[in-house]
This record gives sequence, structure tokens and C-alpha cells, in this order.
Amino acid sequence: MPVFVALGDSTRLRLLGRLSVDGPLSITRLSRGTGVTRQAITKHLHTLGAAGLVRHARRGRERLWELDRRRLETAKRYLDQISAQWDAAVDRLRAFVEDPPRGYTGRTLGEVRLVRPQRTPRGGSRQ
Amino acid sequence: MSARAKKGQARSSTDRIEKRVVLRAPRSRVWRAISDAKEFGTWFRMNLDGAFVAGRTVRAKVSIPGHEDMKVEMQVERMEPERYFSYRWHPYPNDPNVDYSAEPSTLVEFTLEDAEGGSSTALTIVESGFDRLPLARRAEAFRMNDAGWAGQIKNLAAYVA
Repeated sequence: MPVFVALGDSTRLRLLGRLSVDGPLSITRLSRGTGVTRQAITKHLHTLGAAGLVRHARRGRERLWELDRRRLETAKRYLDQISAQWDAAVDRLRAFVEDPPRGYTGRTLGEVRLVRPQRTPRGGSRQ
Repeated sequence: MSARAKKGQARSSTDRIEKRVVLRAPRSRVWRAISDAKEFGTWFRMNLDGAFVAGRTVRAKVSIPGHEDMKVEMQVERMEPERYFSYRWHPYPNDPNVDYSAEPSTLVEFTLEDAEGGSSTALTIVESGFDRLPLARRAEAFRMNDAGWAGQIKNLAAYVA
């Protein structure tokens, strides 16, 4: 089960959020107040389990579900890396096409004065 | 997948990465930098074995010191001069002993629009299709990438709200 498929659902994301905040919980407690059936919550937890994002353990007579943080961290780090690579590539593209590069002052009496390139605010959100 | 650049905030998603930037160069200049394989290779830091042509697969070697053995294949999809360029690839270093052709690829799309009266270009880059990638490949990519890109890593917002 690809991690990002498991994450691509708002109920599953909310379940991860709750487990992250409240620690290991039973299905009963996870279902309470969600407006989602216990059966559906169970299915969602098994989908998250198949992706390695949660696991369950017995505590006495109860089965509790908890986050498996390592998998989530790996998936997040991967997207972060790809995103950072694109940021770096865009910076190189900017230097390549802009003439002169933003933030550099022009020549003054034969002297080229350089200042730190300014970052421009970008138009969209970064992931 | 829409090729139009969105105004305002891009929606975040686990399936895609989106970058928007205004470049202080006209669209023709930015288009050349993106669609001409030699120019693309210069700033993208890859050595490409041929031109970008719709339907063609271009083979590339990464030209970052220490990673020259990393090969990448780009399947060019669509090119609309000065407006749109897209290709598919596998966004992790390719092991020469593995056949990646059967594995899911991501789609990279460049969309160009005029900005600031035409003296600048609004460029949107979207890479999508991450949801279909198996976790094992991504964990492997992380281990291989981490050493090489250490100087470039920035802090980024969490994608799980």
C-alpha cells in the first residue's frame, strides 16, 4: 500500500492527527464524535496499517492503535527532499535566465559592486 | 492534470509538489532555457543525450560531482512552444541494474505565462503522481539522496495537517 495513497483521505488524515496528539487509542474512542461508523473507521485503520503508518497492540482486553512514526517520517522526508531539489533547480534557472541577476548592482566607475541576491516572494505555497 | 498556473496559494497535496516563480526574463528566454536540452542541462545539472521532442525518451546523466553515475530517463510528453512542457520520469536515482520501466513515474509540467507586461515570466512547475510510488523506493531514494543534497535541504512545512 503506497503511503501517499493511505494519506490521501481526509478521515485517515484526521485519524493520524488524533493518534499523534492523544497517543494509542481504541477504535471505540477513535470513532466517537466523528460521524463515521465504527466499521468505516476500522477499514481506514487497516488501510493505514497496510501502509505501515499505524500498528495495533493488545493492552489487556483492548486493542489499541498507534502511530508508526518512522514510516511517516520517511515519506515526509522524501517529499521534502524532492521539494528542496526543485527549489534549488529554480534558483539555478533564475540565475541562468535573468540578466543581470536580481540584487546585484551595476558597475560604478569600472568597479562591479555585488550585494547578496535578494529572495523574491514566490507566488505559491511550498510543500 | 491541469496545466494552468493557479493564482494565489497553491493547494497542498500528498500527490504533488508545486512551485511558482516570477522570472525577470521574457517568455521566449525562459522557454529556451527549459525546452532546449543543452540549456536545460546547464541549469538542471544533467548531461542529456539528445533534444526534447514530444514522444521521445531522453537519457540523462546527473552532472553533480560525486554522482556522475546516476542516470535518469525522461519521457517527453507534450511541448507547446513558449507555453507548456511536460515529461515523465522516476524521481529517484536509478540503479543501473534495475529496470524501472514497469514502475510508476511522476509527471513534471512546466507552464509559462507572461507577467509584468511581458518583461517577466510566471513559471509554474508541478511534479505529480507521488501517491502511486511505493514506499520502499522512496526510502531508498532518501538514503541515496541525503548525502548528495545535504547542502540544499531547506525547512519545509509539514504536509500532514
